[in-house]
Parts: sequence; structure tokens; C-alpha cells
Amino acid sequence: MEKIIMAKTGNESMAEAMRQINPDVVAAYPITPATEVVQIFSSFVADGLVDTELVLAESEHSALSACVGAAAAGGRVMTSTASQGLALMHEVLFIAAGLRLPIVICEVNRSLSGPINIHCDHSDTMASRDSGWIQIYSENSQEAYDNTIQAMKIAEKAFLPAIVSVDAFIISHSMERLEVLPDNEVQKFIGEHKKPYDLLDVDNPITLGGLDLQDFFFEHKRGEIEAMKEAKPIIIEVGKEYGEKFGTTYGFFEEYMMEDADFAIIALGSTAGTTKVVVDSLRKKGMKVGLFKIRVFRPFPFEEIKKALEHIKVIAVLDRVDGMSSFGSPVFHEIRSCLYESETKPVITNYIYGLGGRDIFPKEIEGVYKELEEIAEKGKVKNLINYLGVRE
Amino acid sequence: MKEIFEIRWHGRGGQGAKTAALLFGDAALSTGKYIQAFPEYGPERMGAPVQSFDRLSDKPITIHSGITNPDIVVVLDPTLMKTIDVTDGLPDDGYLLINTHKSPEEIRKEFNIKGKKIATCDAYKISEETIGKKIPNTPMLGALIKVTGILDLNQMLKDTEKKMKKKFTGRPEIVKGNLESIKMAYEEVKQE
Repeated sequence: MEKIIMAKTGNESMAEAMRQINPDVVAAYPITPATEVVQIFSSFVADGLVDTELVLAESEHSALSACVGAAAAGGRVMTSTASQGLALMHEVLFIAAGLRLPIVICEVNRSLSGPINIHCDHSDTMASRDSGWIQIYSENSQEAYDNTIQAMKIAEKAFLPAIVSVDAFIISHSMERLEVLPDNEVQKFIGEHKKPYDLLDVDNPITLGGLDLQDFFFEHKRGEIEAMKEAKPIIIEVGKEYGEKFGTTYGFFEEYMMEDADFAIIALGSTAGTTKVVVDSLRKKGMKVGLFKIRVFRPFPFEEIKKALEHIKVIAVLDRVDGMSSFGSPVFHEIRSCLYESETKPVITNYIYGLGGRDIFPKEIEGVYKELEEIAEKGKVKNLINYLGVRE
Repeated sequence: MKEIFEIRWHGRGGQGAKTAALLFGDAALSTGKYIQAFPEYGPERMGAPVQSFDRLSDKPITIHSGITNPDIVVVLDPTLMKTIDVTDGLPDDGYLLINTHKSPEEIRKEFNIKGKKIATCDAYKISEETIGKKIPNTPMLGALIKVTGILDLNQMLKDTEKKMKKKFTGRPEIVKGNLESIKMAYEEVKQE
């Protein structure tokens, strides 16, 4: 199969994936830095390259509500947003997940106000982490493209909504090399959207979004929780199939030089790529370092992560979000919690970095690895929670 | 070529610093290189100093930090030289390529620049002659590939033509002028 090599930004890559998916409905409202995704997609609609009904809503709350309606009616549905936009969708996120609607959001990770900032951190998607949406983080434009295509299939197989995210500007507005699949291969891969019911089937009527009080709400939620767990093998299966057909296999996480590593950094998104450069240079100097990149944060693959990290001596979790007085930040929580069950109990520290788009450089990441080595030598952690690259 | 070759573009809002970085990155991609091209995002307004960047490599590029020590700095507007230090982070063996009618020697003396390799190109004159407007970004692409030897001139011309034809459908004179400007700058750029 011939892939087409293009130069595309993260936003252009996601828009390209949306074109190839050719959803029935896209409902959206613009917000920096995700505006381009739907702006580009709207030109596909205008040029007749897709069959999509494009709904330009008056807010993100309305946009996702329109998506909920369209998905409930059995459509293949997508949208795109960032930051405040995702925050305004927050109420509807739970409705989409609770109604088991396979909507896909192409999300650009931008900080939440205030103060106002348009640049990257993960506070927006992390604030939505318990809403019942699958969350997939992308390191670069290629992953944003690959993840968008896979997310559509995963969502429709699991009957759960999914968010695919990229780092604001660092990826969304940075042009990189992108390998694009042929249109028909994408269509073949995602397949037909099989609806579990038909709203217009009067012989088999169903109710959606009905009042659900003490007698059944809990059971329905319990089912939703199970569905999140059942999404795990689906994600692996889809990632494997993608690899078999198109060359790159995707899993819950990527392990980079982890096999014999003593010290590991855990990161999401573009920082994982920067960390790879540091791993390469420290490995040349003989340091046994590795990178553990989390791709799927929801459903959280705790058993797999525990197994993958048990042999590491000291771990640093890089969080691009702060927990605001919780004990460390979200990724740190979950990693530390799942390793509590391990016999080896690696030492785990947390580094909060890059809020509001503050750049992170290889030198700083190298400093983190050096601190991990120091912890191993002294057998003592100075600070469990650290702030990287901030003036104090 | 270094494992990763990095370029920093200085311009003023509206001069096409972003477009130049994207065009150059795209042309490099079509020669089989791995690339990144990105502008610096801040308050964008006409005339304000802006920067954009390129990374080029024969291998996949995974670093996503900003560029602080570029191999070459390209200055699209000569008046920027007086207000900002365009040599910031540029190593001693790095290149400084400036849009100006002055010679590299004059620039070196005027701004008291030690080390670095200086090249100059009168992109305003070239763009006025070829495009009919003061648009320095495309001619500077020609100067850049001459100075660095990093891309093939014909490849650059072919790629720019393809891209511009799409953008300026039905206005072949704009495409022709731009291609002419790249060629002219390639020939006229002055190096020490």
C-alpha cells in the first residue's frame, strides 16, 4: 500500500483523519488552538469531499449536545475543541459517556484560565479524566493522525466516547512529516458503524436519557464502568490490527529503552519525544535510563503498567498539570497507586512542569534523571513533589 | 550535515517568516528529509518582531523543545538588527544571513559582530524586481540554500512552484515572480 508523505501540523493531521473517516455529523465551536481542525474540515465539507452534516453551534456546550443527539440517532460523530471549550463541554461529557455514545473529540491540550493562556498543558483533559471518556494522548502529528483513526473504531466497538489529544502549538501548530494512508484503506479499517438499536424502529422502542433514580441509576453506572474495562482489549486489538495493516502497532504505552533500565521517566504527549533524545544521550554515557510514555490514560491500564514498571528502581512522573493541593498530580497518583501493589515498590517522584506552555529542555530532563540516580545512591527522596522550570 | 540542522527566522509580522519556515521545511521534506517547522506564537500583529523555526534531519526528529542554539539565523528585516540581538544563541561557527543591501563586511563592522559567518542578500530589491512588492521571504529561501548547501536549488524551485500554484490559482505571474526571486537571490547572495 502506498502511503503519501506530507508536511502537516498536528491540527492538519487530525483534520485529514477526519476527512478520511467521513463522519455523518460534526458539530463544533471554534477555540484556539483547535480552531483550525474544524476550519480545515469545513473546507472539506464546502468542497464536497465529505458527506458530513456540519453543525456550527453557538457554544461548545451546544456543539457536544448536538453530537450527543446525532450519535444517539446512530450517526458517526466527531468534534474538536480545547481548554475552555472542553471545560464548557464538561456537563455533556458525562451525558455522552453515560448514554454510551461513541463520539470522538480531536482535542488540543491547552491550559485552563485564569490567568488567560493559550499554550500547552494537560489541565483540560485531566479535568475530564473521570468523565467516562477514553483518553488517548499523542506525541506528534503522526500519532495524532493514527490515534484519531483508531479512536473512531475503538469508540464504536466499545460504545464509549473517546478523546484524542495533542499538545497545543508544540504539536497542533508545528509542521512535521506525516504518512497518510489511502482513503479507502481508512474506510476499510474503521468499517461500518453498527448501531445497537434504531431510534426509528417502532417495534423495538427504546428510551435514551430517561430519568433514572435510586432504583436503577447505580446499575447503569456499574455497566458503564464495566464497559470502560472492556474497552481495554478492544484498544489493544485495534492497535494491533493497525500495526498489521499499516506498520505501526499501538498499545497502552510505549516503552523506550525500559528493559534493563534502573531509572525511568513517565511522560505524556510531546515531552515523551524530547525525553527520548535525553535517554539516547545518557545511554551513550552508560546510564541505564528509560522512558515510559503513556498513550492511553483512560481506561487506566493499571495491571499492565504495574507489570511494566516493577523492575525499575526509581521513577519520575512528569505531569503537565497540577493537582492543586492533592498529593501530587494525576498521572503520579495513578502510577503510585498501582505500584503500591507491587512487591518491589519502586521509589516514585513527581515533577510538575510546563504549565501554560513553559518550554521544557533536554537539560532539565537530564537533571531529573541525575536526581533519580542520586535518590538511588542515597536511598532517600528529598522531595516527592517537585516543580520543574518555574521561578520560585 | 549535523544530525539535526536548526534554523531561526527573524521577521516582522506580515513579512512571511512563518511561511518561509513552512516552505523551506516542506521543500526539505520532498528531498526525503525529516522536518519540523513552527512559528513562535505570541501576540501577533503587523510589524512586531516575530520568529519561526525549522529543524531538518536524515532521521526522525523526536525533540519538541524550542530552538535556542540554531545553526543559522535568517533576518528578513534589517531594522530588527538595531532592536534585538539576532545572534543570541548562535554558535561561533554559525551563519547569519541578513536581508540588506549592505555587504557582510559592512554589517560586521556596523554591529561589531565577532565570529559567525555573515552573508547578505538584498531581498527587498530582488522581490521588487521580480514580484513587484517588498516581500523578502521567498528570495531569502534562495539565499539560504546557497549559503547552507542543504537543499538542491531545482528541488526548491519545483516544490515552491507546486505549492504556489495551488495557493495562487489563476495568477501565474505571482508564481513566476516568486520562482524568479529565489533564483536571483541564489545567485546574488554575498558571503565573506
